[in-house]
Amino acid sequence: MKKPTLLLAAALVALGAGVALAAAGDPERARILDGYAAQTKAQSPDFAGFSAASGRALYMGPHAGGKVAETPGCASCHTANPAGPGRHYKTGRDILPMAVSANPKRFTDPAEVEKRFERDCVNVLGRACTAREKGDFITFLANQ
Amino acid sequence: MRILIGAVAALAVTAGAALANEFERVPPVTHAATQKECGECHMAYQPGLLPASSWNRIMDGLSDHFGENASLPAETAATIRNYLTQNAGSGDGRLIRITEQRWWQRKHDFDPAIWTRKTVGAKSNCEACHRTAARGLYEDD
Repeated sequence: MKKPTLLLAAALVALGAGVALAAAGDPERARILDGYAAQTKAQSPDFAGFSAASGRALYMGPHAGGKVAETPGCASCHTANPAGPGRHYKTGRDILPMAVSANPKRFTDPAEVEKRFERDCVNVLGRACTAREKGDFITFLANQ
Repeated sequence: MRILIGAVAALAVTAGAALANEFERVPPVTHAATQKECGECHMAYQPGLLPASSWNRIMDGLSDHFGENASLPAETAATIRNYLTQNAGSGDGRLIRITEQRWWQRKHDFDPAIWTRKTVGAKSNCEACHRTAARGLYEDD
């Protein structure tokens, strides 16, 4: 009686780990998310995890006050389908998909991730993003 | 000595201008960071297409790069600036748009309706017409 329960518990733990791994996927991406989680927790002690729904709202927009009037949302260049390629609003340059399912390298280089947030949060929102917004955004796209 | 330096400088300027318009080829981008960072949003324009002072103005103003924030980490920006200015061409150093340089306008003196064609989109899209522009070859127009 004891053994099957233990096995079941072990299976559940394995499953849980599998789900967490699927969300974060790459260990580098998990580290980046952990960093943003720690920053968020420091600011709001009641923080209980990132929200893919909030990340989706941030991605889609529309937002007001961005530096670039033509891009009221991330979707302005990256399109409403993050699994497809994007297109720079002015130059027409192709952009690789944002969704991790279509582009597994997304959000695995911390310097690159910070560079893009620093730049494009200003372009789209007119301000820097918070750590929570960054985490929500990555969580949304890691599940797309 | 001064005269000699002046003459050499004048020759260099002439050579730079000739490179950009008569032979229609410029040395390709060979610097990885320039290729990557500039090439993310547009074709990485060859350093020979602008004079050093134009490149310096561009690198000074990345937080407002033609209306967009294109800022880079300081070290990355420094190596790119160094590459661009060391390999710069000639032209009017007050202008930061390649498309405002006199040699460029002379070469593109045709019906402006072409710029709004869907396949072109903008003057900055060299590759719409010059298929090998990214390699510095502009002779296929």
